[in-house]
Amino acid sequence: MYDMKALYEAESVDHAISLLVEHPEAMVLAAGSDVFIKLREGKLAGREFVSIYMLDEMRGVTLEEDGTIRIGSLTSFSHIVESEIIQEFIPVLADAVLMIGGPQIRNLGTIGGNTCNGVTSADSGATLLALDAEVELKSPEGVRIIPLSEFYIKPGVVDLRPAELQTALLIRKAAYDGYIGQHFIKYAMRNAMDIATLGCSVNVKLSDDKQVIEDCRIGFGVAGPVPMRLPQAEDTVRGEVISKDLIEAFGEATKHDVNPRTSWRATKEFRLHLIETMAMRCLTESIIKAGGVVE
Amino acid sequence: MAIGKRTIRVDAYDKVTGRAKYTDDLCDKNALVARIVHSTIAHGYVKTVDTSEAERMPGVVKVLTCFDVPNRPIGTAGHPWHLEAAHRDVEDRLLLNRHVRFYGDDVAVVIAEDDVTADRAARAVKVEYEELPFVLDVREAMEDGAPQLHEEFKNNILGHTSIYKGNFAEAIKEEGLIKVEGWYDTPLVQHCHIENPVSYAYMEAGKVVVVASTQIPHIVRRVTAQALSLPWGSVRIVKPYIGGGFGNKQDALYEPLNAWLTTQVGGRLVKLEISREETFYATRTRHAIRFHLTSYVRPDGTFVARKFAAYSDQGAYASHGHGIAAKGMGAFPQLYPCDNLECDAYTVFTNKPVAGAMRGYGIPQAMFAGEAHIDDIAKALDVDPLEYRMRFVMPKGYAENFSMNVNYADSFRECLEKGMEEFDFKRKQKAYANQTGDIRRGVGVAVFWYNTGVWPISLESSACRMVLNQDGTIQLQMGETEIGQGADTTFAQMAADTLGIPFKHVHVISTQDTDITPFGTGAYASRQTYMGGFAIHQTALQLRDKILKHAQTLTRMPSYNLDLVDGYIVRTTDGERLMSLGKLATDVLYSMEYSEHITAESTYQCNSNAYSFGCSFAEVEVDIPMCKATLIKLTNVHDCGTLINPALAEAQVHGGMSMAIGYGLQEKMLFDEKTGRMLNDNLLDYKLCTTMDHPDLTALFVENAEPTSAYGTKSLGEPPTCSGAPAIRNAILHATGVAINETPITPHVLFERFNEENRFERLKEEQEEMQAQPVGAGAR
Amino acid sequence: MSAPQYKTVNFTLNGVETHKMIDVRSSLMDMLRDNYSLHSVKEGCAVGECGACTVLIDGEVFNACIYLAVWVEGKEVITTEGLTGPNGELSEVQQAFVDEFAVQCGFCTPGFVVAAEALIRSGKTYTRDQLRKNLAGNLCRCTGYENIINAVETALERHHAAKVNAKVE
Repeated sequence: MYDMKALYEAESVDHAISLLVEHPEAMVLAAGSDVFIKLREGKLAGREFVSIYMLDEMRGVTLEEDGTIRIGSLTSFSHIVESEIIQEFIPVLADAVLMIGGPQIRNLGTIGGNTCNGVTSADSGATLLALDAEVELKSPEGVRIIPLSEFYIKPGVVDLRPAELQTALLIRKAAYDGYIGQHFIKYAMRNAMDIATLGCSVNVKLSDDKQVIEDCRIGFGVAGPVPMRLPQAEDTVRGEVISKDLIEAFGEATKHDVNPRTSWRATKEFRLHLIETMAMRCLTESIIKAGGVVE
Repeated sequence: MAIGKRTIRVDAYDKVTGRAKYTDDLCDKNALVARIVHSTIAHGYVKTVDTSEAERMPGVVKVLTCFDVPNRPIGTAGHPWHLEAAHRDVEDRLLLNRHVRFYGDDVAVVIAEDDVTADRAARAVKVEYEELPFVLDVREAMEDGAPQLHEEFKNNILGHTSIYKGNFAEAIKEEGLIKVEGWYDTPLVQHCHIENPVSYAYMEAGKVVVVASTQIPHIVRRVTAQALSLPWGSVRIVKPYIGGGFGNKQDALYEPLNAWLTTQVGGRLVKLEISREETFYATRTRHAIRFHLTSYVRPDGTFVARKFAAYSDQGAYASHGHGIAAKGMGAFPQLYPCDNLECDAYTVFTNKPVAGAMRGYGIPQAMFAGEAHIDDIAKALDVDPLEYRMRFVMPKGYAENFSMNVNYADSFRECLEKGMEEFDFKRKQKAYANQTGDIRRGVGVAVFWYNTGVWPISLESSACRMVLNQDGTIQLQMGETEIGQGADTTFAQMAADTLGIPFKHVHVISTQDTDITPFGTGAYASRQTYMGGFAIHQTALQLRDKILKHAQTLTRMPSYNLDLVDGYIVRTTDGERLMSLGKLATDVLYSMEYSEHITAESTYQCNSNAYSFGCSFAEVEVDIPMCKATLIKLTNVHDCGTLINPALAEAQVHGGMSMAIGYGLQEKMLFDEKTGRMLNDNLLDYKLCTTMDHPDLTALFVENAEPTSAYGTKSLGEPPTCSGAPAIRNAILHATGVAINETPITPHVLFERFNEENRFERLKEEQEEMQAQPVGAGAR
Repeated sequence: MSAPQYKTVNFTLNGVETHKMIDVRSSLMDMLRDNYSLHSVKEGCAVGECGACTVLIDGEVFNACIYLAVWVEGKEVITTEGLTGPNGELSEVQQAFVDEFAVQCGFCTPGFVVAAEALIRSGKTYTRDQLRKNLAGNLCRCTGYENIINAVETALERHHAAKVNAKVE
């Protein structure tokens, strides 16, 4: 039995928002995979909750007319993996969320919950950032859309205003069109049911002759307080001819972007070593997937 | 014959359908709920406990504290009682403690009407402490001036024993000796049975009844009665199916506390179920042992003198105590015999969770150190580590004076040869000899030593009851417990064969109820098949005698010409089936002249022990820049004598191998240095192996029937956990040339060691060289 | 503390439509164990890390310990008990677990059986590695997973073979 003071079950997105207005102390309960754990620890005990879990209108992946991929915030990780749209255009997101927990957690957990948690180890974070994802937010004031990079404020804190719900994640056509080379590496101590020591997601767009990296985006989880992009590393390779030295320069450049910390889960030194290694491997794999060759 | 067959488990149907009942499944839903308040400091005294807020909460029945409990220290280890005080377990804790000795010690208990109220009330109990300095490191705890946990154990040393032989100092003067020395570290790990310890207690007919998830119901009865100062017969322990134990439940964990709680609420039903987190920090662990090993060998490899020192981290209370380190030390001189020895083992209190029994009981630790050390010697001598073992591991005929154990067969060499062949070890060893590049493979081997049961250190006694039904089937009752290993099934196989009835005609009573079940000390020390086997054999023969006596009356044939075969009374002179056992049982029970309910019950005291040996072969792939070692293949070979049920034996080995993989690569309890709090007390942060962390596991056997055993069998429960970790360590050494002297060999450890040995830079240099001369690159 | 909140939940449990008035704070595990005595749903961690409480909800596996009971409204829930036939016949997965010695202490078994059932119902085939991936949400300390993977492999083989035979007939 969970120690909840009250549970308000929302029947629609608008109802959820009005419940949040009515009960300003209440927390949003999506699938609850993290909330239930905190409740059990006594951390959120006695709080009120607005459950949005039953809102099927917030589920599903759709391709909009302008080519935007829209992922409803309550879409489970499993459904993202199974989505043909995801598999066709941004398979890297499927690869990333397939690394989360085990089947039960992937059936329960939602992409919205994963981003609204604001934790740096969220497995979807690095990839969504590398895909220039945007978030759609709905409140009594209306709808606003902001880049995911701005949604993350600090550990555990995201840009959600009072009575505001995150309703979808959006990936624009310009962000995936031509970015055929996509790769994700999760580094963890186990091969399943684990929290990321680091997560690295790279996507590249190569020139027609596959010799030059026209664009490269890299996102990292746990390389800093929140999931982050690595602009200096990206600049190092953008417009450059593919070579082993370039890959090494990319790895070297990551050091200037990241800010990992020492915790009992891993030391800063170890994370820095891995960031460089993972970035190089992830870029190499992305280039190969895009049809390029690293020699 | 049932023995030797891959007989389906007697409990399989109930377990796959969800019908098998475990403790919590049996407990009434309206039971009162107990929650323990644990200390939030590592060492100190409870000054006050403010229970007022908790007591004011509606639904709170009672709050009890360390100031309320009986002042009767208890020893919790699941050992048989000893008639001599000197051989009894240390009694060093109360049901709740004012002197708290680790972060998570038990301070108070809330009893409430439901879970939510119990949680809230437990959080509302305010404890004020007088804090004392604490010590987490085993060697620091031994130093003068270190915080003292128990007054009577100076320098925190709970136990120190030695084995000295020959003249070490003189022997090492020999010229030309090669000295190999190393420190080896093993971690604190937890059993992680999937069912957390749980019990419920109530009073009935003037007795305290505790239904509990335990491996040792009869021992728990004794400890509970002692804790409550009750006559032993006033306590009744019932053990239903349990969700694993692995030694953790070979301890009186919270059953005595639960028993006391019901007495404090007028005998009402109280359930005490602890959480996964509490299971980690507040039950028992495997002792972390630090070893210092030194060997002096001649250039031809022969051992001249060896030194062994072990420092075993006991944590806050004695529990099983020094027995673990002592057992680990005992294996050392036997495994590779040597004339000159100096061995010392210390068990030391620290302000950490309490170490107790865990599958392997000191041997996984000792084998990690000892078998890593053997590879280090082989490396120093530049010889093949497998050949080295073949030459020097315990020879056939080796006899040990204390346990009276004899190595009757050449088990080690037979196991090594069998494993080597299946593993294709020699070929792989050569193929992986000179690798370059980021990713490399390696193979390693390790052996283990084990014995069976606890004789002559402790009592070995087992009782059995057989009750004949009117249909010719029997009830089989044993004090020895089914904890998942398959004991009920193997017991039924033995009983069926010795008695002469079909396997299906044996109904095993799986539940132990100390009011009803014959005495047996329970599941530990890999003893049950061996010890229980004697009791079953003896009792079956007694029952058979009774049956054949009646058969003489009923068939008019002399009993010496009769036998019981496959459930029928058979005339041995011509093999004729004269009557079924069912008919005999019915005719005898309802006879107007000689009615008898045919039963047999007997106790067998075992005064022997038996060696059980084997080895592990491991293959790893090491990704050096990623600091990851992946296990590719693991094979275990065991000689546990005759296999009663080969399928269950394999299953048992798989589980032990899995535990060894976790021990070698993943599992470790971590503590906050500043507070002593356990950091990873959950199944996300404690890296128990998932399905994704294993290769397929191969279990092989060499079957040399054990001559001292009733059924030719000997220990198998614990041995599979013993040699996996050092085999993995030795494979990593083979792959990378880097010796890692601690386990688990996690990416963190690999990063540190590769850094120390400049492996990352060497890889870069290697790559630059290869770029300069791109021909013939890469050995693989 | 505010007044307890109750709600009627209407759903299908092991093939039977049912409704029950429950405390909204109940987890699905609480409801199945306490209100329906379905004891195969085991608690090993209560936080979704061990899989011992695995149930099928609309054909997908979930940990009943971190799922609100009220969320099964209108859904179909299946536990291990519901896989056994009306006359006690074992399901394909249950039979394979028996045959392959995939059971030891048995505490994780119902969760594994349900997780494997989802794979049978998917109609797909799986490599051994894919089986490992798809069973990774269930922990077992007794078996080293070896016989469990064997059992699920056997169940899938038998299931697909039976389907082929049915087509031939």
